[in-house]
Amino acid sequence: MTDLSNQRRPGADPGPLVDGAASDRVRGKPSAVLLFWVLAGWVGFCLLPWYMVEDGIWSFAWLFDGYPFDEDYAPGLFLIGQGEKLWLAPLLIPLSLPLFAFGRAKSDPLYAKLLILSGALGFGWLIAQGFSIGIRGFNYGWLEALFGDLKIRQFGMGYGAMICASAFLFLLTQGIAARGAINGDVFVVSAIGGVIAIVTAFVFYPIANMLFSAFVTEDGTYSLSVFAAKFLDDRLWGLGCLWGARCGAAWNSLFLAIAVGFLTTALGLCFALVVTRSGFRYKRAIRALTVLPIITPPFVIGLALILLFGLSGSITVFFAELFGIQPTRWLYGAPGVLIAQTLAFTPIAFLVLIGVVEGVSPSMEEASQTLRANRWQTFRTVSLPLMRPGLANAFLLGFIESMADFGNPLVLGGNFDVLSTEIFFAIVGAQYDQGRAAVLAMVLLFFTLSAFYAQRAWLGKKSYTTVTGKGDAGVHPLMPTGLAIPVLIVALGWALFTAVVYAMIIYGSVVELWGVNNTLTFKHYVTAFSIRFEEEGIRWTGAAWDSFWTTITIAAIAAPLTAAVGLVTAYLLTRQSFAGKNAFEFGTMLSFAIPGTVIGVSYILAFNVPPIEITGTGVILVISFIFRNMPVGVRAGIASMSQLDKSLDESSLTLGANSWQTFRRIVLPLLRPAILAALVYSFVRAMTAISAVIFLVSAKYDMATSYIIGRVENNDYGLAIAYSTTLIFVMLSAVGLLQFLVGRVQIGRRNMLAAKDTT
Amino acid sequence: MSDPQISSKAAPVRFENVSKVFGKDVVAVDSIDLHVDAGKLVTLLGPSGCGKTTTLRMIAGLEMASSGRILIGDRDVTKLPATDRDVSMVFQSYALFPHMSVLENVKYGLTFSGFGKEEARERALKGLDLVGLKGFDKRLPSELSGGQQQRVAVARALVLEPQVLLFDEPLSNLDAKLRRQVREDIRAIQQDLGLTVVYVTHDQEEALAVSDEIVVMRNAAIAQIGTPRQLYDAPNDRFVADFIGEANLLECRIVSVDGETATIEIDGHDHRLSSRGLAPGAATLAVRPSRVVIGDGEGIAATVAKATYVGVRMEYTLTGTFGQVFAVQDDVDDPLEPGTDVKMSFAAKGPVLLPQ
Repeated sequence: MTDLSNQRRPGADPGPLVDGAASDRVRGKPSAVLLFWVLAGWVGFCLLPWYMVEDGIWSFAWLFDGYPFDEDYAPGLFLIGQGEKLWLAPLLIPLSLPLFAFGRAKSDPLYAKLLILSGALGFGWLIAQGFSIGIRGFNYGWLEALFGDLKIRQFGMGYGAMICASAFLFLLTQGIAARGAINGDVFVVSAIGGVIAIVTAFVFYPIANMLFSAFVTEDGTYSLSVFAAKFLDDRLWGLGCLWGARCGAAWNSLFLAIAVGFLTTALGLCFALVVTRSGFRYKRAIRALTVLPIITPPFVIGLALILLFGLSGSITVFFAELFGIQPTRWLYGAPGVLIAQTLAFTPIAFLVLIGVVEGVSPSMEEASQTLRANRWQTFRTVSLPLMRPGLANAFLLGFIESMADFGNPLVLGGNFDVLSTEIFFAIVGAQYDQGRAAVLAMVLLFFTLSAFYAQRAWLGKKSYTTVTGKGDAGVHPLMPTGLAIPVLIVALGWALFTAVVYAMIIYGSVVELWGVNNTLTFKHYVTAFSIRFEEEGIRWTGAAWDSFWTTITIAAIAAPLTAAVGLVTAYLLTRQSFAGKNAFEFGTMLSFAIPGTVIGVSYILAFNVPPIEITGTGVILVISFIFRNMPVGVRAGIASMSQLDKSLDESSLTLGANSWQTFRRIVLPLLRPAILAALVYSFVRAMTAISAVIFLVSAKYDMATSYIIGRVENNDYGLAIAYSTTLIFVMLSAVGLLQFLVGRVQIGRRNMLAAKDTT
Repeated sequence: MSDPQISSKAAPVRFENVSKVFGKDVVAVDSIDLHVDAGKLVTLLGPSGCGKTTTLRMIAGLEMASSGRILIGDRDVTKLPATDRDVSMVFQSYALFPHMSVLENVKYGLTFSGFGKEEARERALKGLDLVGLKGFDKRLPSELSGGQQQRVAVARALVLEPQVLLFDEPLSNLDAKLRRQVREDIRAIQQDLGLTVVYVTHDQEEALAVSDEIVVMRNAAIAQIGTPRQLYDAPNDRFVADFIGEANLLECRIVSVDGETATIEIDGHDHRLSSRGLAPGAATLAVRPSRVVIGDGEGIAATVAKATYVGVRMEYTLTGTFGQVFAVQDDVDDPLEPGTDVKMSFAAKGPVLLPQ
């Protein structure tokens, strides 16, 4: 080690300043990181409240309320000192071990051994005791049999325990790095360890926990027959609809998802063809469609359809009067949900397919034309087959979205049961049945994961579209006329329908009582968003403000965390290679395929009890958003990172920067647009989310979307629609702001790069 | 603080039995031994896919050797990552950081080497001065021409005073005229500062022009190492003869060997040249196009198949029972017509014998 530091840049300058600083890079820096985490561990153990403080994260009342001796607020050390929670005492051993590593060279095998031992022991012990001892003493019968009844109990982990756990984790990763993993790169090993730990804690653990709870009987033992009874339930797999009765929720979901997948793919393809291969003049307007699903809370389409086709909907009433027929409730059920989901998810298919259709290299089509194929033959034999993997991809995406959709079936479903809403009713309904919710969630998860797996395993290798970044000078040929006309008619018709639906949302928000009293009024906005100016300042008197500000706050806290986790993960995936990278990637992208309702159910089951006891807090909402939206951040990061030439990183490394410095000074600054996009999208998605949220909100932390759903259930459509409209405009301005900012950043960079290319 | 001078910490590089295997069985570099002397410019030359860039990246620490040892100076760096090696590299794409000014780019590595702010700046400016870019320090890379960007990349690598400086096809993004000038500049700086430079290229003319020594690589292994002159005049085998410059490879038979001198026979024509340790029997004769003599007296019967006028010389393609020979002649005033029957012989100096 010493000879290494002396040799490094041996000629930089023999002066003491340079020499000291240079050797600091090699020897001092790692130990600075080590020092930080050792200190963090001790601070977590000796100074911070070990258990969760009831008043919430940002409350510091505990500082003046008996700290550090009061049992509720005491740090671990004080608990042991008072003879309480003695099972925390063994943690002193792993906390002390790394102290012996100070002063040792990183290459000393003992250094690595000490850290690995300390980290693994500490982290392992924390987890073991956390799961063994809960609010009723020992959680497992065999422990009780072994040690007798434990009179004391413990609650959810607080600051102290969390910081201690992180310290152990990062001591472990430093130890692994010191043993030479990934060239001894502490930053990369720690990032991998950190991502694995949080994804395990907040994705795999709750899901696994939920799967187990499907086997639990009423008296708390495991039984396969309980599972079988719930799994083979007729309400799940019944095929009655084939002869006029009702089908089970599983079949309903499956049929619906397949139909929605086909319809959205077909419509998306029409739109994509119109935009890329027709002389249609208002392509930009059609492209604007792609923003819609981002800014629309998922159930809003359902609400608008009710205004149009419901019992007192405009179109229903119009035809009823014209033909003198009795209005029916045909909308409530499969047809309504199908229309709503097709409206909601067509833009997503369009977004996917526009990339695919544009990605088919024009030179292939031009080659076909020079080989004497006419436009129709070219389209049929070259263009379409090349798009095939993209079409399958769009279908699977529509399938997953439909399966996971919760808002529209809730609003429009009627007697048409689908899995996502059935899960919800199993938990919140009169029947409260955790096991049934878990079984339903398993079935739903099986469908979405199969689609997800198919998409990755089968389609992953089959993409024909090649974006090389090299100019492909050709021009896409126009569609053959015989195809262009029907495609244009379908696309324009559907675009018009979408426009009408959105117009209805705005119109509906300013109507007194839809279908009964059609006078225009701002009454709903006033009820929701009134404010009063008083001497003490502004009073937010509107009914919606509470949930509105909660939503904004939670989304604003979640967004930067989501972006950070996403970008670090993307960096690891694009720039580093390590054993198990494929599994790592699959794990991090998995939460995309887990429907929100499943996340919601699994979170209440897992986090209602120690060691992580966070239901009813704002934290659980933030965490659910981070892991629901993480794939968005990962994808944004991967997309823009793969456009950064790898030689930029490499040259930074050969210039003596380590991987953390390279990440911070080269990768991050160049990724500004991606960071902004990830920030805004995770913010917006957090605001529109409903499926997981509806399980996790509490009286104190109500979110906008669940508030609106509550209004809908009380038939208070006016307020619900006014609130939804407001949300749409808030999010539209957020996305607009993003376009403005990113546009400027990108133009700046593109100019620079373009100038480089021309020289 | 004294005025900083950029000097050289040149150190030798040694490869001992180094291999690099990608995945399970893609052998990119197959147990090569290589020694680069301190202060020398050594070129790795070869067709694409021969392993030359992988070799370079192993010196930089961007690829880790699968087996064998790599030494820089007398330190074993085999397992050391790029960050901790005292090596810098000029990339084919230059890899200038687009969000930093020219000065910030050049300063970048210095800030990680323990220099104070002010001295890093001084040294960076000195480096820019050295490559002739004084006054360009505030510009962004995008505001420079390709040649200037190239020089910024060189300056950025130079100011670290690395033990070894690496170039990965540095001229491939420049136009032909600029290429000649930049390669002369690189060579001049290398010689002035006495740097150890390892240079990758696939252009044999570039390699001949700049190198102290050339390492010709083929199929993940080293085909021959030597000075430009040695490689051109005395290639080891047909691959090297053909790859360095242009060579006509003719089947011949060694009739007799007398000490150092061999007598060979092609189509009944005899020629005497250095035997290079070969025994009588079948062999290959390598003849540069300029060493083919076309006359009408002694020699091998041939016919002019093609005659091309290229300004400074005439280029002929001759055919005969030996196959095809490409020849150039300086006489452009009396060109031979296609179809003319001629006698072909070889210059006394130049042609070499190769094993078959």
